[in-house]
Amino acid sequence: MAAPARIRRRSSASPVFVGLLFASPWIIGFLIFQLYPILASAYYSFTDFNLFQSPTWVGLENYRALFQDDRFFKGLFNTLYMTVIGVPLGLVLALLTALALNTPSRLQPLYRSIVYLPTIVPIVAATYLWRWILNAQYGYMNLWLGRLGLPQPLWQEDALWTKPALILIGLWMIGGTTIIYLAALQEVPRSYYEAAEIDGAGWWSKFWNITLPAISPVTLFQLVIGIIASLQYFTQAYLFAQTRLNTASGGPGDSLLMYGLYLFQNAFVFLKMGYASAMAWILFLISLAITLVVLRLSKYWVYYEGE
Amino acid sequence: MAQTRTGRDVAVWAPPTTRARRISWRKRLAVAVQELLPLLVTIVFFAPFLIMVSTSFKTPDDAFRFPPRIWPQPWTFENYRRAVDAMPFLRYLGNTLLIAGLAVLGTLISSPLVAYSLAKIRWRGRSALFILILSTMMLPPQVTMIPIYILWNKTPFMGTFWPLIVPNFLGSAFFIFLLRQFFMGVPNDLLDAARLDGASELRIYIGIVLPLARPALATVAIFTFVWAWADFLNPLIYLNDPKMYTLSIGLYSFFSEHGIEWGPLMAACTIFSLPLILLFMVAQKQFLEGISLTGLK
Repeated sequence: MAAPARIRRRSSASPVFVGLLFASPWIIGFLIFQLYPILASAYYSFTDFNLFQSPTWVGLENYRALFQDDRFFKGLFNTLYMTVIGVPLGLVLALLTALALNTPSRLQPLYRSIVYLPTIVPIVAATYLWRWILNAQYGYMNLWLGRLGLPQPLWQEDALWTKPALILIGLWMIGGTTIIYLAALQEVPRSYYEAAEIDGAGWWSKFWNITLPAISPVTLFQLVIGIIASLQYFTQAYLFAQTRLNTASGGPGDSLLMYGLYLFQNAFVFLKMGYASAMAWILFLISLAITLVVLRLSKYWVYYEGE
Repeated sequence: MAQTRTGRDVAVWAPPTTRARRISWRKRLAVAVQELLPLLVTIVFFAPFLIMVSTSFKTPDDAFRFPPRIWPQPWTFENYRRAVDAMPFLRYLGNTLLIAGLAVLGTLISSPLVAYSLAKIRWRGRSALFILILSTMMLPPQVTMIPIYILWNKTPFMGTFWPLIVPNFLGSAFFIFLLRQFFMGVPNDLLDAARLDGASELRIYIGIVLPLARPALATVAIFTFVWAWADFLNPLIYLNDPKMYTLSIGLYSFFSEHGIEWGPLMAACTIFSLPLILLFMVAQKQFLEGISLTGLK
């Protein structure tokens, strides 16, 4: 009597148990590398903690100190500069590149691959390569700018030009977004364009009234991803500001001191773990707020099929 | 009649020529734009690669010539010799390959397992788990970075490869999401038939689902490899013994010593990028499909 029951139980071992068993790697990872760190980070943000002594509770002191810290605001400003200028510029250029590549040419797959290629280059190699290209005296960029009769900025020395230099490096790496736009452009139904042509619509009118709305969901997704990534901006600024002494520097006049870079300095150079944790939480709140605002505003310019 | 025809011909012939010529001129311009514009754009994106490779073959005098020339005069391999000698290049290469290889192994073991649970095992709570996994992608890594560092700092594994490798064996939210979407497309009938035959979930997973998912697994493996290969922040935080450096960190410390020597530096950058560029050329399809599949770069 007991045997069949056991067999039945084994063959249909409770699905919740099997499901959790299969999902267990992530669940374990979540508990150790997400949930615990989130709670610990929130706690540290209310403490004074230098890694060697145990944390001492200071209440809201870290948050209060942050709002009187000029470098905190400098980092915030630099990061918002990269986000407000760099992200939209990247999207516009990715779309223009996609439009340029969206031709029936037989070489199109080759073009597409080459435009994507810069995103494969390791960030360290890419940043050093651009430090060479943007070298004020010997670099190619200023050579060409000079030939075109344009000003030749000191990309790495002039605090006004370091962030545009980083944006330029970012523009070289828009290949991923370009590929996504290219796929989206090819999915816009031909019949829309044909109908518009019958009505006598020109190139611009077709682009403005058909193409842009049709790809607007892609634009929204890329915008949100771009903003979140940009608010965490770190590696390129760190490497672009790197001097021969290898210390974490903010570049000329702290013009490259991104929020993420200052957070890194606080945590791993000054060993102010509590202060850095408070910065991380403020970053999270800023990202969340901006994302929500963008999503809320999206109903005015994003069109979904079937609406 | 012939004359009428000729006359008509002449009469009709003249205006259309101008029109035809105008049309063909316009058409030619359109074709030129269609063919030339993408070529021009592509050249702009490709130019930095040319500069990198050309500088890597230049002598110091040639690299600092102004105005610079793309074609090195003379060609030299000296920069490559110096780059490989200056950092224990083979060691860094070995470290990077080991870390990236284990990251791929870990991701391939863990992520599809979790994705299968979310897509194909019918259990209460799986949609809640899915939402939880998605929402963890929203959290900036800076929030968890410090406590995770402090956690590793309490173990004897600080300064080893373990902090870089272990998380991969616990699944990545992004790849779990990607694979779950792929598994959803596997027909349930197939799995239910196997279940009726008494096959266990593990058997169905290994015997049926994984072989079907080979293209998605290839995409996951390639992206994991590329990210681990190029990662900078984590090795920067966790590796402090120069013998353990990856190529990223090796190149970073190479710059602090040889920052002004652009020839050797560009040679090092070229060697560092080349494996990924070769991988891309071999596996273009998986790369581009992965991007279109997820909307992520």
